[in-house]
Amino acid sequence: MEPKTKIHAEDGKQEILITREFDLPLELLFKAYVEPEIVEQWMGTKVLKLENKKHGSWQFETTDPKGNKYGFNGVIHEFFPNRKITRTFEMENTSFPVQLEFLDFESLTAATSKLTMHMVFRSVADRDAMLKLPFSQGINMAHNRLQEVVSQLK
Amino acid sequence: MKQRRDVFQAIADPTRRAIITLVALQAMTPSAIAEEFDSSRQTISKHIQILTECKLLEQEHKGRKIYYHLNPMKVKEIADFIEPFRNLWDNRFNKLEAIMKNYKTDK
Repeated sequence: MEPKTKIHAEDGKQEILITREFDLPLELLFKAYVEPEIVEQWMGTKVLKLENKKHGSWQFETTDPKGNKYGFNGVIHEFFPNRKITRTFEMENTSFPVQLEFLDFESLTAATSKLTMHMVFRSVADRDAMLKLPFSQGINMAHNRLQEVVSQLK
Repeated sequence: MKQRRDVFQAIADPTRRAIITLVALQAMTPSAIAEEFDSSRQTISKHIQILTECKLLEQEHKGRKIYYHLNPMKVKEIADFIEPFRNLWDNRFNKLEAIMKNYKTDK
């Protein structure tokens, strides 16, 4: 089966394109991006602030299983209900520079919709680092699991 | 004669996997890598050598120092390194879809 979420990241370009089709009407898909309690559920984060308007700002805080807190924030530049959100995204206390995100929402049928997320980074190296982040965390997790198994053998 | 190395041999060892994790985010000198481990510098050098022979790590000369960085093209041979990134978003979107389907029926 073809994966529902597609990532397009050309070599040497400082952008990522994420596309996804949903079995949801456009209004419900858009609602999942603007209602703080719904965002909290699917993003697995705490929403401290989410001002859905031009020049509004947003602030999320995520806690990992060890209790470490990570902050994310940004500013909303464009907000057109059921159509478009343009915003910045910044990971606090990291070396990652702020990135720009264009979110386009479109209706496919009465019951299906599509999201196109265009992320623009300061440099190609920054984009590659962001792409590699879950990869290196994955290796870490595999490594930790291995250590757990080894420690149980002792 | 040099032994033939492949990426799977390279990632079979936990220390080498840890080295890959370290250089995945930034290029590092051999001594900076060695500092992260309790093993001797010679042991770590040997691991770096194996990773370099199978082209998972690449050398970069900056002045008199040698830096090692991850070769993403080679990483793709193990598993497409974008795949974990795609999975992250796919899981989030699957959750979003499930939540909103319930939201619809709740009404």
